[in-house]
Amino acid sequence: MKMIGKKLVSMIITLLVISFLVFLAFAVIPGDPALHKLGTEATPEKLQVLREQMGLNKSLLIRYFNFLAGAIKGDFGTSYSYNMPVRSMIGEKLPVTLTLSVMSLIIMVAVSVLLGIYTSRHQGNWVDRFIYIVNQVIMSIPPFFGGILLTLLFGFLLHWFTPGGYVSYKISVPRFLGYLIFPSIAVALPKTAMAVKLLRSSLMEEMKKDYVRTAYSRGNRTKGVYYHHVLKNALIPVITFWGMAFTDMMVGSIIVEQVFGIPGLGRILLSSISNRDYPVVVAVILYLTLFIVVTNFIVDVIYRIVDPRISGQ
Amino acid sequence: MKKKYNLIAGGILTGFMLFLVILGCFWTPYDPEQMDAGAKLAGVSLRHLCGGDQFGRDVFSRILVGSRTTLLVACLTVAIGATGGLVLGAFTGYFGGWIDELLMRINDVLFAFPSILLALVVISLLGGGKYQVVLALGIAFIPSFARIVRGEFIRCRSYDYVQSARLMHAGSLRIMFVHILPNIYPVLLSSIMIGFNNAVLAEAGMSFLGIGVQPPDSSLGRMLSEAQAYIFSAPAYALFPGVAIILLVLGFSLLADGLKR
Repeated sequence: MKMIGKKLVSMIITLLVISFLVFLAFAVIPGDPALHKLGTEATPEKLQVLREQMGLNKSLLIRYFNFLAGAIKGDFGTSYSYNMPVRSMIGEKLPVTLTLSVMSLIIMVAVSVLLGIYTSRHQGNWVDRFIYIVNQVIMSIPPFFGGILLTLLFGFLLHWFTPGGYVSYKISVPRFLGYLIFPSIAVALPKTAMAVKLLRSSLMEEMKKDYVRTAYSRGNRTKGVYYHHVLKNALIPVITFWGMAFTDMMVGSIIVEQVFGIPGLGRILLSSISNRDYPVVVAVILYLTLFIVVTNFIVDVIYRIVDPRISGQ
Repeated sequence: MKKKYNLIAGGILTGFMLFLVILGCFWTPYDPEQMDAGAKLAGVSLRHLCGGDQFGRDVFSRILVGSRTTLLVACLTVAIGATGGLVLGAFTGYFGGWIDELLMRINDVLFAFPSILLALVVISLLGGGKYQVVLALGIAFIPSFARIVRGEFIRCRSYDYVQSARLMHAGSLRIMFVHILPNIYPVLLSSIMIGFNNAVLAEAGMSFLGIGVQPPDSSLGRMLSEAQAYIFSAPAYALFPGVAIILLVLGFSLLADGLKR
């Protein structure tokens, strides 16, 4: 429990540091947000008033604290280009990207556990060798190209889904989830291949340990040893990998959204980067950071449940 | 045995891609910028090995030139990331102390942050372009290199050969870069190879999103993002640049796998 508290504190510190760095990066760049907002109507007097209103006259640190106080309440200010609150722009897109990443996570965990166990139990047979080769290739497929391949194969040749036929979750949740299946496969593919490889070698490493031999010599059944002892220990490095992969998949989702025409955080992030709509960029990046940091925290907690030795250290 | 196959296959693939890149420096079947209305979205043929794009430019010629950009960006990125990481990791790992504590805390924070996201911040500040991507990704790669190098330096600094060098009044810089550095080459090399692959994928991803390499430069990721609009009418246009990325990454990862003991 003490460990969890400590991790919680370090999680909050991480969030503060990143939010400050991001805020600083966008605060020191040349360009006056007030001038940007007024555009051609800018007069020195109007500029002065608006700068006062936006709090741009205050010192950097005070501006950061104001920003932070807003951010905690979910208020990231107003978008430069659309003149609407950033919160309402992002609010609807957030669940889309999050659903896509979580679906990819589920696919990765399920497939890598199944294939990892299968290949390690049947090492050397032709299925294992085949999976090894396929794995090596799949690891090198960037998610967006995987998405293009899936669109060609399942959308164009087999007609299993309609490319571009995205359905909002507000209209129909099952159809929304159904459309996200192929995108999430595209996101999950390379990471799944890596996870299978890692779990396989981790399982094989674990099988060589003394306690496994002892368990066998005491007359335990193969399956019992495998699923009760070996798998649990072998999963420890894989869980770390899953956690890291999830953060990568969140970024991967943003890219793959563009392939499948899914209106998630990706589209909003890209358009705001090219429009230099900094409040939106900052908000999207901080939301993603929040998810990443929370994921890391959850992984740490799971880690301690699977391997109680770690909390003793 | 498996390792050896990896090495051979990786060597062949990497050699093939390098050959294409070097070939592209001297000769391309067509001018990669020349538009030919007759070859608009052309399929695969002997005249156009990989078909034509939406302006009738030869896709094969553009892949030759585009892989060069991709390779250049990846090499420069890894150079910045590895050099920055090496210097940072060497000093913090060797000397320790509060600077080490502070830098590593910051490093931990950045490490939790996906490098593409970090690069996106830099890009949105600097704007897109070949060298902006290099700078953005290079900076984003420093933390992971620094972490690896630091770990190695901490491991090495207590070894006997370092102690004896110190007794012979070798300066800290000399110990760090003449004595310890050669001992961590294997670790450094494998992380450079992994970093190279990550750089290729990151550049392709960013260019695919339209915030990486900007025209007139062509890169494999950019070609893919342009080809995406025509995947149903001209699948070849999208397939070949993608396959080129896969071959580049696959070759390198097999090579890295094979080189590991």
